[in-house]
Amino acid sequence: MKNRFLLTTCLMMASLLSFATANAKDLRLAYDADPVTLDIHEQLSGGMLQLSHMSFDPLIRWTKDLAFENRLATSYERLNPTTVRFNLRKGVKFHSGNPMTAADFKWTFDRLKVSPDFKGIFANFTELNVIDDHTIDLVTSGPYPLVLHTSTYIFPMDSKFYTGTDANGNDKGAIVKNGASFASTNMSGTGPFKIISREQGVKTVFERFEGYWDKKSPGNVDRIILTPIKDEQTRVAALLSGDVDFIAPVSPNDFGQIKAASNAELITMPGTRIITFQMNQERKKELQDQRVRMAIVHAINNEAIVKKIMKGFATTAGQMSPEGYLGYNPKLKPRYDLKLAKQLMKDAGYEDGFSVTMMAPNNRYVNDDKIAQAVAAMLSKINIKVDLQTMPKAQYWPAFDDRAADIMMIGWHSDTEDSANFYEFLAMTPDQSTGMGVYNSGNYSSDYVDTTTMAANRETDSSKRAEMLQSIEAKIYQDAGFIPLHWQNLAWAARKGVDVDPIVNALNFPYLGDLVVQ
Amino acid sequence: MAQFLLKRLFQVMLVMFIISAFCFGIQDSLGDPTRELAAMSMSDEERENLRDTLGLNDPLLVQYGRFVARAAQGDLGNSYFFKEPALTVILKKLPATLELVFAASIIIITISIPLGVFCAIRPRHLFAKFTMAASVIGISIPVFLTALALIFIFSITLGWMPSFGRGEIVHVWGYWSTNFVSLDGIAHIIMPSIALSSIMLPLFIRLVRAEMLEVLSSEYVKFARAKGLGSLTVYFKHALKNTMLPVITVGGVQIGIMVAYTILTESVFQWPGMGFMFLEAVNRSDIPLITAYIMFVGFLFVIVNTLVDLLYGLVNPMVDLVAGK
Repeated sequence: MKNRFLLTTCLMMASLLSFATANAKDLRLAYDADPVTLDIHEQLSGGMLQLSHMSFDPLIRWTKDLAFENRLATSYERLNPTTVRFNLRKGVKFHSGNPMTAADFKWTFDRLKVSPDFKGIFANFTELNVIDDHTIDLVTSGPYPLVLHTSTYIFPMDSKFYTGTDANGNDKGAIVKNGASFASTNMSGTGPFKIISREQGVKTVFERFEGYWDKKSPGNVDRIILTPIKDEQTRVAALLSGDVDFIAPVSPNDFGQIKAASNAELITMPGTRIITFQMNQERKKELQDQRVRMAIVHAINNEAIVKKIMKGFATTAGQMSPEGYLGYNPKLKPRYDLKLAKQLMKDAGYEDGFSVTMMAPNNRYVNDDKIAQAVAAMLSKINIKVDLQTMPKAQYWPAFDDRAADIMMIGWHSDTEDSANFYEFLAMTPDQSTGMGVYNSGNYSSDYVDTTTMAANRETDSSKRAEMLQSIEAKIYQDAGFIPLHWQNLAWAARKGVDVDPIVNALNFPYLGDLVVQ
Repeated sequence: MAQFLLKRLFQVMLVMFIISAFCFGIQDSLGDPTRELAAMSMSDEERENLRDTLGLNDPLLVQYGRFVARAAQGDLGNSYFFKEPALTVILKKLPATLELVFAASIIIITISIPLGVFCAIRPRHLFAKFTMAASVIGISIPVFLTALALIFIFSITLGWMPSFGRGEIVHVWGYWSTNFVSLDGIAHIIMPSIALSSIMLPLFIRLVRAEMLEVLSSEYVKFARAKGLGSLTVYFKHALKNTMLPVITVGGVQIGIMVAYTILTESVFQWPGMGFMFLEAVNRSDIPLITAYIMFVGFLFVIVNTLVDLLYGLVNPMVDLVAGK
């Protein structure tokens, strides 16, 4: 009898203990989507970069205040205008057990150069030279100011693991967008977490890599269970009912509910994605008149949109570059002035207004359709009659490519976290041969912007470069080249005890390896 | 019988053909799948390459010809997102949806028949009046609202029920893992199945009641009563049996419709079934998966209707299946 009692007690203790350890360092994570593939070079998207930071490590990474922090690089120096040398960390192992060397960087770089999604970012890089096992040189075609920015995209892949052919005789390293490949279903990186099971669209389980090099990381999460929850309200409900520990993104509509809850916390910070409208000067001759464009910009009350529609969850914008970017020009404020707008319309000879067509997506950006409705209403105050059409993003992008309306919405996040990227895609004169201005549906065109952007891309002196970029912003501002609305903020929510604040950043890749859970 | 089935087989083929042609016809308005497969910043040249690889640049008729040729061999193409044959993806998601529909059907049957019968037998009883009034309200509340209300009350406020997903499921056979053998699994299926049944339940209560009332006023029920049979025997042996005929017909069709309603329920509860998969496929312009799903559901409808007809013939031998009387 006594023995039996002892046994039961022991069993109970054991089960309690295992319960405690099993739960203590698990993180149940709910995002709106799960990784579409395990091949980090197959698609350039926020989701893939998030995965890259979980299971791989970059050479260097962004800190919370948009500075650089060494990861697999221990130091770097510019050897000459076209070469930057990186010294690599020693003793780093891949999940497969292979040691990481400079050869893995070479292999990864060559793969990036052929990846349809990433080759654009690496267009200015000519080669990666291996100096010795732990030293590499990155060479650019000319002086290039964004070598470090771009290095945040170099996550070395395990070249030995991905070399050879799989069971079907296909190259293990091939990048395949249509259909499965070895790399899209297997993975070996140097990152804090390796994947132990994955059911796409349902659940992915990560386990902390016991051979992870960064022993100084405060992170204590042993296991991450990532579940995609598409519906915003269900995601919030899952957090509030204690079914998950950490959710993202969070819609401004749910802020009140989370703030009111005693068991959850909301973390927000300014983001770098600009939301804009473009005015098509080719479709609509009235929009060729700078005074008309100026009137439109003055008629739009950014403040009211941010306050009423975004519930304060955005930063009003007068330019493309957010604060912290080199091109951010503090003098360029949002300019709402209805009186002046009316005067400008009168000066241009359009006192009685005219009508335009407008298009916006309704499931791409936060509250995109409501913003478009508000802008349409604001334009009616200066007698511009807007025929607005909103549609799901699947239908919107083909329409955007066709330049199907006079005024179209577009949001943009700079892949390099640098201002020039905005101008290259949104403000430079559209040119098929150079690929510039691909998303400039307004056909805004300025010689100054074109030549200065290209010059800035060759300027390695950062104060000179800042001056150039800020002058571009000023020029576009003067020309009223587009309608700036706001930079979208970012939001995450977690149960109390999950210390999210130190690991989030404006790029929206929480560094989960460093997450501390109580 | 064989003639009937042969006729149905022909109908299935016709339905499949029309659906597939329709899907191809609207393909352009389903959006550009390369948008979901590649970065915004990808160059136009690379985007065209990708469209070439996917075969999207071929004339529509060529694409359709290719599709039909493959479909004839049972290959409906690969899902862009899941990187697997679309049919495999659907079959993997099917058990989750069928279990949900099954659970909802159980709820509907066990509640609607007793309530409907009661309301027919005792139409002036307060409870009957209450049930009828509640069913009017119930029929007009959208599924997603019911679902959100359930989550808010039982998950957030009371903390009794899990808020999303299937929980711990137990593998049975092939792609089939079930919710019904573990406590956690059962806990996870309760709210979604209640939400799903909420739209059909009032309809069935009213249907059972109406049919029962009609049968009760028929000659043979009066005769049975006159014969001196006990009222329970009259109600349940004579009347209810005949009430079930139209209920089965309507029920079969409604189960088909319920598969469509799962889209809403599954997306609110993040239930990993076919409905949610379809909604996501539309969002991602996953054209092969969209086409395969619509064809599959069309196929399912024809099968369910065939089964209902067969069952009908079984319950009522007067029905001649071939002549379609």
